[in-house]
Amino acid sequence: MQHYLISLLIFTPLVAACICLFLPKKFEKAFRAVALIVNVQQILWLLPMLVGFRASGMFQFVERSNWITLNLGSWGVLKAEYLVGVDGMSLPLVALSVFVLLIATISSWSIQKNVKGYFVLLLILNAAVIGSFVALDFLLFYLFFEFMLLPMFFLIAIWGGPRREYASIKFLLYTLLGSILILVVMIGLYTSVSDPVASQGGLLVHSFNLLHMMEPMNFISNTILDPNNPWQIGWFNARYWAFLLLFIGFAIKLPMVPLHTWLPDAHVEAPTPVSVILAAILLKIGGYGLLRIAYPIFPEAAMHFGMFVGIMGVLSIIYGALNAMASKDLKRLIAYSSVSHMGFVLLGAASVTEEGIAGAVYQMVSHGIISAMLFLIAGVLYDRTHDRIIDHYSGLSSKMQNFTALVLVGFFASMGLPGFSGFIAEVMVFLGSFRSNATNGVLHESLAVIATSGLILSAAYYLWTLQRMFFGPFHLKANIESDAIVDLTSREYVMLVPLAIAALCFGIFPQPMLDMIDPFAKYLTALVIDHGKAITLNP
Amino acid sequence: MVNTEFLISLVPLFPLLGFLIVALNVRRLSHGVTAFIACGAILLSFITSVVLFTKLLSAPEAERSITVTLYQWFAAGSFSANISFLLDPLSSLFLLIITGVGFLIHVYSIGYMHDDKGFNRFFSYLNLFVFFMLLLVMGSNYLLMFVGWEGVGLCSYLLIGFWFKNQNYNDAANKAFIMNRVGDLGLLIGIVLIAWKFGSISYPDVFANALQNSEALKSHGILITWITMLLFVGAMGKSAQIPLYTWLPDAMAGPTPVSALIHAATMVTAGIYMIARNNVLYAMAPATLTVVMIVGLATAIFAATIALKQNDIKKVLAYSTVSQLGLMFLALGLGAFTAGIFHMATHAFFKALLFLGAGSVIHALGNEQDIRNMGGLKKYLPVTYMTFLIGVLAISGIPPFAGFFSKDEILANAFAQNKIVWVLAVGASLLTAFYMFRLFFLTFFGKERASHEKMHHIHESPKSILIPLIVLAILSLAGGFMGVPEVLHGSHWLSHYLAPVFASSTQFLAHHDHLSHATEYALMGGIVGATIILIIFAYSRYAKNNHVPATDETTTGLQRVLMNKYYIDELYNAIIVKPLYHISAVFEAFIERLGIDKLVNASGSFVVWGSRTARLLQNGSIGYYIFIMVIGIVLILVANNLK
Repeated sequence: MQHYLISLLIFTPLVAACICLFLPKKFEKAFRAVALIVNVQQILWLLPMLVGFRASGMFQFVERSNWITLNLGSWGVLKAEYLVGVDGMSLPLVALSVFVLLIATISSWSIQKNVKGYFVLLLILNAAVIGSFVALDFLLFYLFFEFMLLPMFFLIAIWGGPRREYASIKFLLYTLLGSILILVVMIGLYTSVSDPVASQGGLLVHSFNLLHMMEPMNFISNTILDPNNPWQIGWFNARYWAFLLLFIGFAIKLPMVPLHTWLPDAHVEAPTPVSVILAAILLKIGGYGLLRIAYPIFPEAAMHFGMFVGIMGVLSIIYGALNAMASKDLKRLIAYSSVSHMGFVLLGAASVTEEGIAGAVYQMVSHGIISAMLFLIAGVLYDRTHDRIIDHYSGLSSKMQNFTALVLVGFFASMGLPGFSGFIAEVMVFLGSFRSNATNGVLHESLAVIATSGLILSAAYYLWTLQRMFFGPFHLKANIESDAIVDLTSREYVMLVPLAIAALCFGIFPQPMLDMIDPFAKYLTALVIDHGKAITLNP
Repeated sequence: MVNTEFLISLVPLFPLLGFLIVALNVRRLSHGVTAFIACGAILLSFITSVVLFTKLLSAPEAERSITVTLYQWFAAGSFSANISFLLDPLSSLFLLIITGVGFLIHVYSIGYMHDDKGFNRFFSYLNLFVFFMLLLVMGSNYLLMFVGWEGVGLCSYLLIGFWFKNQNYNDAANKAFIMNRVGDLGLLIGIVLIAWKFGSISYPDVFANALQNSEALKSHGILITWITMLLFVGAMGKSAQIPLYTWLPDAMAGPTPVSALIHAATMVTAGIYMIARNNVLYAMAPATLTVVMIVGLATAIFAATIALKQNDIKKVLAYSTVSQLGLMFLALGLGAFTAGIFHMATHAFFKALLFLGAGSVIHALGNEQDIRNMGGLKKYLPVTYMTFLIGVLAISGIPPFAGFFSKDEILANAFAQNKIVWVLAVGASLLTAFYMFRLFFLTFFGKERASHEKMHHIHESPKSILIPLIVLAILSLAGGFMGVPEVLHGSHWLSHYLAPVFASSTQFLAHHDHLSHATEYALMGGIVGATIILIIFAYSRYAKNNHVPATDETTTGLQRVLMNKYYIDELYNAIIVKPLYHISAVFEAFIERLGIDKLVNASGSFVVWGSRTARLLQNGSIGYYIFIMVIGIVLILVANNLK
């Protein structure tokens, strides 16, 4: 069993989805139960992984088997593997996903329309998400990555709000554009990389193995992405272009300003659980892809464009915060705050320092927890009144005391108050981006300083929202029933309280998770800097 | 004998437990139980602090610094931070003040908040505040101090906006938090800079490193100046110095005990603590010290002039706090760290006393805060009157009250270094005496100006309010004796006690000759004399002749400018707050909606339009297809022939 934990994590939801397909539509409780059982079972499978994980830069719980081997004659052999494993970056993200998916399932209790279809899609999404975080073969990763889009598209398009069609198509087209850019690079890499083990004896075996792609020795000479002889296309050489394509592809997902406009629309229209998954997990795949694929495979480009990535990160932080301040819709505000907070991931990654990269990964997990909480908070209100306009409420704390207490926790956690997980991540990102100039010369110190102003803006928009919605005399817009305003139900406590506790725990006791992340950060930093230098010196 | 290290970790633990118990049962606990838990937690902390203090005193001087590490908080790369506490003379002094004054104010709050619906919530916030404040002064590294620093800001926010139904109070709370955050970020950047340049954020490491490389640091003064300046930005926010002071007067929206505890005695002195803690770094940065001195002095005078024309009893006290904090920064800027800490301690006593006294008056008059509607309260509130008088005498610097000794030490230091600074500081000090006695006489003397209804209900406050007043009055009377200077045949116990903390910075500070005893006597005598003359003037104007400040509408000229606080709030609103909202609105409306999103949608529409247009080519008519085909063939042939 120990050897198949990852496969169990991926395929349990798929099997469950198939079972659901054969159940009659009217068994609504059954679908909920199946989804819940799957989530609990996934947690049970996750635990031995968390316990058995040894802090090191290596991949663990690796499973490997042949998937596709096609002899293409003079074009060599096409080889794709079922290769999965976790390291210090993916395990925390897998754990986050499993945890958030459980909460999203509980949150989906209130879904009434076509329950069967909803939960089947949710289970497929579950498998795809876990799969993308553990796949170590590019083709496999791409498969899971694309696999996420469809369930997500339907979940927004069918169960969404009034403008759901516009939002879902925007989401689909945007992410599809990103996928295509990634696909182009994947094909380029496939033609350029050979499998060093299988290729012996004159046979040329092309590989999708990400680990092979990270090693400059494995590039076939005179191919398009060969580090020794990259083709020059326009301003940059092919490898720089490839990095930029990957960067844009993943930055759309992240999302990075100015490629972010799908996010507020998708969030506003998506039902609460889908928003939670979108913010807490799907955005992370952007950051994950950057650090798993773009950075280690194109290290010299990562160093070269570091300043650009950092500037885009800071731009996202500030621009997202300013837009959040101007938002009139609570969910939109939270969506923009996500844009702002994911900017820290970019800034941390751009620094190519151990602290910065560890901070970026920590920020992904921390934002996963906190944004899930914030979207659930928006959902609590929407469930009661079907209205999310901030100005339509005032003085909610008089009627919803406990809810307000949890809102305070969520907002202050998102502001990066010390004691919450976000603070740890932000401090590390600042440290990393500050030290970057002295250690590797990628970023300028001023970026870190400008980024801090994002923290002032986040305090401003959250406090302003608190003041407008929760404080002051109790008052609602005329068409909202004031009877609907009641404090939290027990189901809502079950969702919100664990998230609040998690945000606190990872702020007060961050070391256990950092012990996982840090060796990865160390490994990746060394790899990017060493390979980056080697490739640049060797034109 | 209980382990000292265990005791140290108990000090912040009690208030934290108190907070958790009350906060998690906020709707279940009765007021009595809550009061018992909350006050008990602080009392236990206080007792522990006293035990630790005596232990520290009995220890040999070299062992008066104890570090306790609970666990490694987080570490990544070359960076690491521990959850660990530092007990030394400086932090133990703060512990005594925080828990001691804190306990008195907790007791006071039982009476003051008696009828409030949010009684339990109030005490949970207060306990949380004490916890963070203890963390701030006990943390043995910069980051832990920062946790406390932001934590007290959070509690301050929650308590200023405690009566959350009033949107003006919420405005004040937001302003306090955001303005503090501006300062906090300066502090955070400073800390990151320290972590980067010194490779550690624990005080002992950083100071040892700085002392070792003092030559290099001083010759390339820019780094140490940056670090100390950034830390000072944090202090400006938290301790309400120019330009980040406007939040403090507004913060008076909170219940009066909060003003006494947070916005007078403890939180606002965090900046003083921080600079005193970093005295080694500051001593190496003369440029920063000068800035600290100038900002402190300017704030002291500026706030004092505003206080002259305020008519809200708490606002006067608030501006007086800003002004007194300015004096403390002046002392620090002069390199007289002990004097700054001394004044912090005495100020904690008398300003807490004054605020609580003001609270007692407000309580007695049914929430009246305007001194124009008071007067003649002396005979109705005898205990409040007597204790308030002691507080006013202490802040005015009349011997032998506490403020006299600490203020005199600051002024003597100023005189020794720079006569102009001295003159200005004396000016601020005299203004203080005048506006405080103006407040005092308008409140307790003269005609009774409160409405009949209010005078009918007037009553002296209950015991839980009066006992803290009496204790604080005794402290304001006797507190100065911890630092009686040599010239008055004292031994200045405090400076000996704190000497180990400031020992290593003295080598970097310029030495000034001690003033002769004759000069010191002359200075003291002169200032006290001038103060007494001003008091008599205030008496004749406000008590004897019953002069009442004009109503807001009829005030004109300079007085109106002062009453409106030099219009600084309006200025900040016009140049920062409003533009920020406008910028965000413009970003949202133009760049986001009309810019990026239009572009995105346009690219979609372009594809739709393109395919719609291209579709017209396939119109289904065979003749048309053949025609196009022929033209195509002809073009190919022509193109081939042209080659």
